[in-house]
Amino acid sequence: MNISKVSGKNKKHKVFLYALSTCVWCKLTKQYLIDSNIEYEYVDVDLADEKDKQKIRDTIQSKGGMLSYPTTIVDDKVVITGFRKDKLNEALEL
Amino acid sequence: MITLEEVRRRAEADAKTYGYYLTPQPDLLRGFFEGLKTNEDRYGYPLCPCRLASGNFEYDRDIICPCDYRDPDIAQYGSCYCRLYVNKQVYESQNLPEVPERRPPEKMARAYETQAAPAKQAHAGEAQEAEKAKPMVKKKLWYCKQCGYVVFREDPPYVCPICKAKRELFAEIDSAVEFNG
Repeated sequence: MNISKVSGKNKKHKVFLYALSTCVWCKLTKQYLIDSNIEYEYVDVDLADEKDKQKIRDTIQSKGGMLSYPTTIVDDKVVITGFRKDKLNEALEL
Repeated sequence: MITLEEVRRRAEADAKTYGYYLTPQPDLLRGFFEGLKTNEDRYGYPLCPCRLASGNFEYDRDIICPCDYRDPDIAQYGSCYCRLYVNKQVYESQNLPEVPERRPPEKMARAYETQAAPAKQAHAGEAQEAEKAKPMVKKKLWYCKQCGYVVFREDPPYVCPICKAKRELFAEIDSAVEFNG
């Protein structure tokens, strides 16, 4: 799977973002994490191959998430659907 | 290849036809147009930039922009799921609402199915192969009891595009005619 890592000073939480390369709200989420100095990893699901898409679906659903993008998973347990600054701030202690 | 200007013109014309507005934030708007252009170049149709495509037209039909869910979402929340199309009130207030996904989970799941793959349009020589790859979407004829509009699709529309009648006013046409394609 083509996972990209974005470095940041704040490594307090493990942050993984499932995004679409065409989605404005996913881009805003990426930019917000960068602006907040959060280190995170992401995958653009629309560019993933079929097997990876199925793995991504299973992972998101196993954590109780919906198949909507962006989906941010913090510390493998907190699932945030959509670009929600309030929820990101709460989960990332910003 | 479609140009950004063509994508913009099409969205503006559609908003005007339906009495909607495009999102009041220029940066967002440009992002939507770029996403739509990327998807149209990639799949051959302007798939919703905020949703995952299967790449198969029949599976993606309901999320081709403007999607099936736009009208009911604007009626309920003042905005479509992406927040590309909004109503006057949202446009003027500039406060974009949160819009939950209305697309049924079983349709979203199709984007992850293996057989959904072939994205290209079938050419003459590939027709047989395309036939095999054709997804199992059972289309039916539906008619609007209010105005008589007829549509050949898997589900009836949420809102009649002609007279704005609700989905409940659509009924299936019991037809013995065989449709191919």
